[in-house]
Amino acid sequence: MNEASTETVLSIRDLNVALPKGADRALAVEDVSYEVKRGEIMCVVGESGSGKSMAANAVMGLLPKGVRATQGEILFEGQNLLALTEKQHRALRGLKIGMIFQEPMTALNPLMRVGAQIAEVFEAHGQFTAKERQDRALELLIEVGIPQPEKAIRAYPFELSGGQRQRVMIAMALALEPILLIADEPTTALDVTTQAQILELIRDLQQRRGMSVMFITHDFGVVAEIANRVCVMRHGQIVELGEAKAVLENPQDSYTQALIAAIPSNAVPPHRETSQVAPLLEIKQLNKVFRSRGGLFKPAREVRALEDVSLTLARGETVGIVGESGSGKSTLGRCVVRLEHPDSGELLLDGVNLSQLKGDALRRERHRVQMIFQDPYASLNPRTKVGMAIAQGPIANGTSKATALKQAGELLDMVGLGASAVERFPHEFSGGQRQRIGIARALALNPELIVADEAVSALDVSIQAQVLELLEELKQRLSLSLLFITHDLRVAAHICDRIVVMQHGRIVEQGSAEQIFLAPREAYTQDLLKAIPGREAPVAATA
Amino acid sequence: MSFFARFAQNRGALVGLIILLVIIAMAILAPLLFPESPWRMVQRPFLPPLSQDGFPLGTDTMGRNVASGLMHGAWVSLLIGLVSTSVALLIGVPLGAIAGYYGGIIDDVLMRFTEFFQTIPNFALAIVLVAIMQPSITSIVLAIAIVSWPPVARLVRAEFMSLRNREYVEAARLVGQSNTTIILRQILPNTLSPIIVLASLMVATAILLESALSFLGLGDPNVMSWGYMIGAARTVIRQAWWLSFFPGVAILLTVLALNLVGEGLDDALNPKLSRER
Repeated sequence: MNEASTETVLSIRDLNVALPKGADRALAVEDVSYEVKRGEIMCVVGESGSGKSMAANAVMGLLPKGVRATQGEILFEGQNLLALTEKQHRALRGLKIGMIFQEPMTALNPLMRVGAQIAEVFEAHGQFTAKERQDRALELLIEVGIPQPEKAIRAYPFELSGGQRQRVMIAMALALEPILLIADEPTTALDVTTQAQILELIRDLQQRRGMSVMFITHDFGVVAEIANRVCVMRHGQIVELGEAKAVLENPQDSYTQALIAAIPSNAVPPHRETSQVAPLLEIKQLNKVFRSRGGLFKPAREVRALEDVSLTLARGETVGIVGESGSGKSTLGRCVVRLEHPDSGELLLDGVNLSQLKGDALRRERHRVQMIFQDPYASLNPRTKVGMAIAQGPIANGTSKATALKQAGELLDMVGLGASAVERFPHEFSGGQRQRIGIARALALNPELIVADEAVSALDVSIQAQVLELLEELKQRLSLSLLFITHDLRVAAHICDRIVVMQHGRIVEQGSAEQIFLAPREAYTQDLLKAIPGREAPVAATA
Repeated sequence: MSFFARFAQNRGALVGLIILLVIIAMAILAPLLFPESPWRMVQRPFLPPLSQDGFPLGTDTMGRNVASGLMHGAWVSLLIGLVSTSVALLIGVPLGAIAGYYGGIIDDVLMRFTEFFQTIPNFALAIVLVAIMQPSITSIVLAIAIVSWPPVARLVRAEFMSLRNREYVEAARLVGQSNTTIILRQILPNTLSPIIVLASLMVATAILLESALSFLGLGDPNVMSWGYMIGAARTVIRQAWWLSFFPGVAILLTVLALNLVGEGLDDALNPKLSRER
C-alpha cells in the first residue's frame, strides 16, 4: 500500500448526531472525531447499530428524516459540510465526494441502461455533451474492469451479476474523479470471490488516482485486507482509532479484542474425530432442475440446480455445504427437508427414502428433519407469540396444547432466552435472539437431523459466535446431526467436521474440514480459500 | 394491554366508533322518536329545515318528514352495508386464499371464475340480479355481495401469493402443519390489515350502491333508505338543497366512521404497533 500523506481531506470533529425521540438511544453518533488523510483508506468498523454509517451519511448530507447533526463540524476542503445548504451540498456530491452503497441490486435504476446511468452523473453536474458522456462512460467501465464493456454499456442492470453491478456503482462514483470515496459496506452482499475482486479494484483505483476512501464495514477480515487506518465504533462512540496494523495485531480496547476474537477462525480447523458409524443420511444421485414456463415470445428456461449430488452424513456429525450464490447449496438443503421436490435420486434417512414421499406420508416423517432459516426476521410469524411458534410443531403432531407450551418454555430456557419469552411477540427480540427462537423451534420435534441454511449469515460477528457456540453445545448435548449450509468458509471451519464444496449444482470436493483447509485438491476450492478476506493477515493466524 | 385499550390509543378510531354508535342509536331510536311511518305525508312539501317545530330538517317533495326518514333510513343503510360486505368477504376470502395458496390449476380455474364476474359492469349486474329476484332487502344485499366479492378474492390471492413462501410459512410446513392450519393460522392473520381496510371501503360502496339501486326504483318499497332519499331529491337539488344534503352527510359520516374504526382495528390487531406506541 502506498504511504498516506499527512494532508487531511476530511475531518470530523466532535460530531453528535441526534436520533428522533423514541429511538433506542438519544444520539446515533456521540463525540466522534476522526480524519481521513489524502490517499489513505480509512475503515470504520462496527456492528449493526454502532452508528458507523450515520457519520458517512452526515458527510453526504443524506441523514434520514428526523435525524440531525446537533454538534461538531465536518470539514472538507476548508468548508463545514454541516453548514451547507442543500443546493451547495448537492453540487459537492458526486463531484468531490463519491459514494458506493451496499446493495448493488437496488442502487441501480432497473429501467435504465448502464451507460445512461453513468452518463446521468455528468448530466447532473452539467458536464460534457451527450456524445462525450457516452465515451466517458465506456472509459469508466473499462477502468472498473467490466467484461465486454461495449456490451455492458447497453445492458440493463438485471443482465449483470451482483459483482458487475457493484463495478457499475463504482464507475458512477468515480465518474467525476472525486477526492473522497465513501463506500458503505460495498461488498457485504457479494460472494467471497467477488468480494475479493471488488476489494482489489477499490484498492487499485484508490492508488492509481490518489483518492481517499472512507470504507464502512462490519468485517475485520475486510479491514485486514484493505485498511490503512481503522476506527472502531460501538454504540455511537469511537472505542479505538489507529493504524490498521497496530489495531489488528494489538487491539487495546476490550471490545475490539472481542470483535477480533469473535471472527470464526480461518486458520487450521481443529482436528476432529470423524465417526465411522452407520450413516444417518444418505443422498444418492440427487437431481433438481428448475424450469420457468416459457411464454409466446420467450423460450422456457432451465436451471440445473442439482446434478448428481451424492453425500452421506453420519449420526452426530456436522457436514458443511459451502459454495457461492447459485451453487445449489440452498436447493440441496431445501430438498433434504423436502421443501423442494427432487426430480430424481434418493434421500435415505435411516433407510427411509424421503425423496418420493408425498402428502400425509411426508407430513408424518417431517418431524425427523428440521430446519433453521437464514433470516431471523422473516422466519417468525409476526402475529404469533414466540411460545406458540415453537409449540405449533408438537401440536400439529398430536401433543396437547398445554404440554407443548410447557415444552416450549423449557426449550427457550435451553437456548438461553428464559421461559418468560413464551408470551412475547417476535418483534420484541433482537436478530440474535430470534435466531435462538428459530433453533428452539427446530428442536421442538426432537429431530434427528437439522439443516441450518445460512443460519448465522445475517448476524453480527459477536452474535454469530454466540449462536455458533450454542449450536455446538446443543449438538453435543442432544447428539444431533447437522447439515450446515453457508457461503462463509470461516464459519464452516468453525463448526463443521466435514465440508462439501459445491459449484454450479455439482459437488466439487468433499473431505474433512482439516483437509479442505490445509490441502484443497481442486482449483475452485483453492480460489475460495484465497478469497477469504484477511486470510494472510496476522489476525487470522492468531485467532 | 387489553384489546380495547389498544384500539382506543388511536384517537381517530375512537371518534369513528362514537360516530358509528350515534348512527346505530339513531337506527334503534327511530321507531320511538318517530313512531309514524317515514313514508307518510305529514306537512306541506318543501318545508326548509328549522322553519317549523317537529320538522328540524324540513319536509321533502311529498311532504314527508326528512328527520324521520333519516333515522329510519340509518337502519337499512347500515344493515345493507354490513351484511352485504360480510357476505362478500365470506365468498371472496376463501376463494382468494385457496387460489393464492395452492396456485397452479386451482388458481387458474378460480381466477377465470372471478374474472367472469369482473367482466360484467358491477352496477349492470346488480340491476339485473335485483330485477330478477324482485326488489327486497334480501335480494339487494345478495346482489351487492355478488358484485363486490371479486376485488376481495383478488386482494387475498395476491397477499397469499406473496406470503406463502415466507420462511415462517415454510417453517410451519416443515413441522407438519396441515394446509388448512397454515392457511388459517399462519397466513390469514397476516392478510388482515388490507382486508380490513378494503372491507371498510366496501361497506361504503355498498351503501352507495344501494342508493343507486333505490334511485332507479329498485329499492325495497317497504323501507326508507338514505339512498332513496338522495335519489328522490335529485331533481329538486337547486330548490331544496336539504333533501339531498342531510342523507349525503349521513352517508359521508358513516363511511368515514367505518374507515376510522377499520384503521383502529388494524392497529389493535397488529402486535407490533400495539407495543411500540
